[in-house]
Amino acid sequence: MSSKRKRTIFDELKVLLGSRTRADEMELQLYGKDSSVLSGVPSTVCFPVNVEEVQGIVSICNRFQRPFIARGSGTGLAGGAVPIGNPVIISTAKMNKVLEIDLEDRIAWVEPGVLNLDLSKALSEFGFHFAPDPSSQQVCSIGGNVANNSGGPHCLAYGVTTSHVLAAEVVLPNAEVVTLGGIDPEPKGYDLRGLFIGSEGTMGIATKVAVRLTPNPPDVRTLLLDFADVSDGALAVSAIINAGIIPAALEMMDHNAIGIVEAFVHAGYPVEAAAVLLVELDGLSGGVEAAVQTINDVAKIHNAGSVRVAKDETERALLWKGRKNAFGAVARIKPDYYLHDTVVPRSKLVEVLNQVYQIADKYELIAINVFHAGDGNLHPILAYDAREPGILERVHSAGDEIIKASMEAGGVLSGEHGIGLEKRDFMHLLFSAHDMFTQDLVREAFDPQGLANPMKVLPSGSRCSDSFKQNLPEGVWV
Amino acid sequence: MNLGTIERQEFAESVAGSDLVTVVGGKTQWDVGGTIDPNARVISAPVGIYDYTPSEMTLRCGAGTTVGEIQDTLGEHAQMLPVNAERGSTIGGILAVGRSGIRRLRYGAVRDYLLESWHADHEGKLVKSGGPTIKNVSGYDLCRLLVGSLGTLGFLAEVTVRSLPIPPCSRWMTGVCDPFDLQSKLYRPSCILWNGNQVWVLLEGHPVDVEREANITGLSECSGPPVLPSAGRLSLRPKLLRELPQMYKQDWLAEIGVGLVHLSEPIKNDQSSLSAVTVMRDIKIRLDPTGRLNPGREVF
Ligand SMILES: Cc1cc2nc3c(=O)[nH]c(=O)nc-3n(C[C@H](O)[C@H](O)[C@H](O)COP(=O)(O)OP(=O)(O)OC[C@H]3O[C@@H](n4cnc5c(N)ncnc54)[C@H](O)[C@@H]3O)c2cc1C
Repeated sequence: MSSKRKRTIFDELKVLLGSRTRADEMELQLYGKDSSVLSGVPSTVCFPVNVEEVQGIVSICNRFQRPFIARGSGTGLAGGAVPIGNPVIISTAKMNKVLEIDLEDRIAWVEPGVLNLDLSKALSEFGFHFAPDPSSQQVCSIGGNVANNSGGPHCLAYGVTTSHVLAAEVVLPNAEVVTLGGIDPEPKGYDLRGLFIGSEGTMGIATKVAVRLTPNPPDVRTLLLDFADVSDGALAVSAIINAGIIPAALEMMDHNAIGIVEAFVHAGYPVEAAAVLLVELDGLSGGVEAAVQTINDVAKIHNAGSVRVAKDETERALLWKGRKNAFGAVARIKPDYYLHDTVVPRSKLVEVLNQVYQIADKYELIAINVFHAGDGNLHPILAYDAREPGILERVHSAGDEIIKASMEAGGVLSGEHGIGLEKRDFMHLLFSAHDMFTQDLVREAFDPQGLANPMKVLPSGSRCSDSFKQNLPEGVWV
Repeated sequence: MNLGTIERQEFAESVAGSDLVTVVGGKTQWDVGGTIDPNARVISAPVGIYDYTPSEMTLRCGAGTTVGEIQDTLGEHAQMLPVNAERGSTIGGILAVGRSGIRRLRYGAVRDYLLESWHADHEGKLVKSGGPTIKNVSGYDLCRLLVGSLGTLGFLAEVTVRSLPIPPCSRWMTGVCDPFDLQSKLYRPSCILWNGNQVWVLLEGHPVDVEREANITGLSECSGPPVLPSAGRLSLRPKLLRELPQMYKQDWLAEIGVGLVHLSEPIKNDQSSLSAVTVMRDIKIRLDPTGRLNPGREVF
């Protein structure tokens, strides 16, 4: 390096992290994408190992006025981790330690790169787990869960991430390190913890997270109900809730999904059924047994073909394996898929599902539905082959219509995948300009310069400081 | 037009102006956060239940609706809001203060029950946050920011809250035992209270389970918990409650597993440290630049 040349941001990051600062072609390409269909181009990828290094990177970005993005495992489906504005990517992959398990306070402090399932595994010997269980739990990170306020099948009874994160150490966009929330029940001040959770990396970078430990239930029963008619299945969902039961999980798979999943896991799913409900009940045995009885009654009233109760842990695991790998199994019919995420009132499930099928037909796509029926959270999968000319436009148009149909039914844009880039331009369907302006005011209190993950969550018009929108790389679909 | 639309609009308009303004609920927690500037104009939020679909487990109402009315409506369908407030408290007041009821151990914090809110901002404009469904990711979570903000960032006009089924059986037990040991023996009790000597525990669920757990406690049944001392309130990490007998001479009642302590005398100097004050201050300045909303209340 010539001593006269001004040091670039890359040079500075190199000094800070050595070989953990990278910018080779391959790496940049890899980190240009997450699990959505969107992509961008980062300038550099950094792998810090502690909060001081994260702070150092953010300071350097401040000095160079360069945006930065936190990245967990890149499993986000809304483009939250897709780099816009040539940012520095701050990967949490090397910050993956469970720091402290405190059984008396029933909390654990973990680094953000800890994988969701690894955390529950680390807790299992003590009889606890981390309740949010996204289907991607084998690979997604706690930092990503916090940023997206992720959910999972068992969030029906237990609540999504925000109910299970008590505090977070955060490097703010100005490089200050703060603790949001606390492990006492009423931390002083505004609930910045609650605000940070779900902010998709636009309010800073979580470097340490305090999660609540949930005791493993003493009794668990998993049931599979099959229906010859999707409407019956959907009505059974409301009937179960009306009977005063909140199952730990209440998942639905439609005919297309059942076929794909069965071919993949061979769990004995009834391939001829129009829909199945996977119901899990947990808690103390008296309540669980009573609920099993009620569900049998509901099944009869709503014309279920049969009720299969998993007889042991192996069978239970197999049924869940089917559900949790449904997305991957789609590859058996088409190489690519677009996974949607909207929520509708439970009473509108049948109506919106039917619309989803009609929309898919109209655009000659295959719709597969595997979703969190208990909380009305639809996950229509549109399966396609990206090599087919013009197909992506059709997929996008169909997706737009699905979102609009859900909104018209009184639903919301996302149940758990977030807004990211994918849905920010749909925010106006739910919110007025003034609503979004207010959200933006709050975001700006964290990040007045707009350096943290710019262009995400809010449409560009509502943001006062989106100075990076001119730099939209080609091919980014926003 | 949806029920409540006009009411919330009129409420927002009543906030507009350049004077100091405060919103009053049931006055059951009026002193929390400091004395309101006596020059503040007093208004109150709309009252009424606009929507309730039991199978959605959501209820939409004016923020001035009392908890009594909400619980009665939900109760007709064997549902409830897991707060333990006086019947005259308004839902807006409960959320603005943000204190959860004594069953937090099982049901979680009150902030988790607010799904969607409409609030009037400092200019008297309405702002909607969150979403009406029991699960939603809807941009920045301003609902959580508003809970516990003591009305210093905006005044709740209308809220959608989630409800829960009323457990088929509830029993209070009391006696003398180690409350920490008791907690570890029970699966998700609803509440454990301790005064340094006596323990009260609330068990809820299926009658068979409640009976079984009641036997595990070895305590005897009672009609309910004692009156909570209300002069002081302390928030501690749960395991610090063990040290309470050495810490305080006055009467107290602690929520085991949660970390709240209710005291019979006010706490003198609150030593708890506060992080991210700059951001909090900045949020306040941005959302209420002239400081006209609930002047006198201090959140941090
Ligand atoms: C097959 C499949 C199934 C899925 N199933 C579910 C499901 O059931 N439920 C569900 O909710 N989601 C699901 N997802 C989506 C995804 O897994 C979750 O959103 C997950 O929480 C993302 O975690 P991640 O580590 O991959 O985050 P990334 O994709 O790396 O990042 C997501 C967002 O988080 C931000 N971020 C990451 N780390 C931090 C940090 N430390 N501090 C601040 N911001 C940070 C990023 O900037 C980005 O905006 C699924 C995804 C796939 C591919």
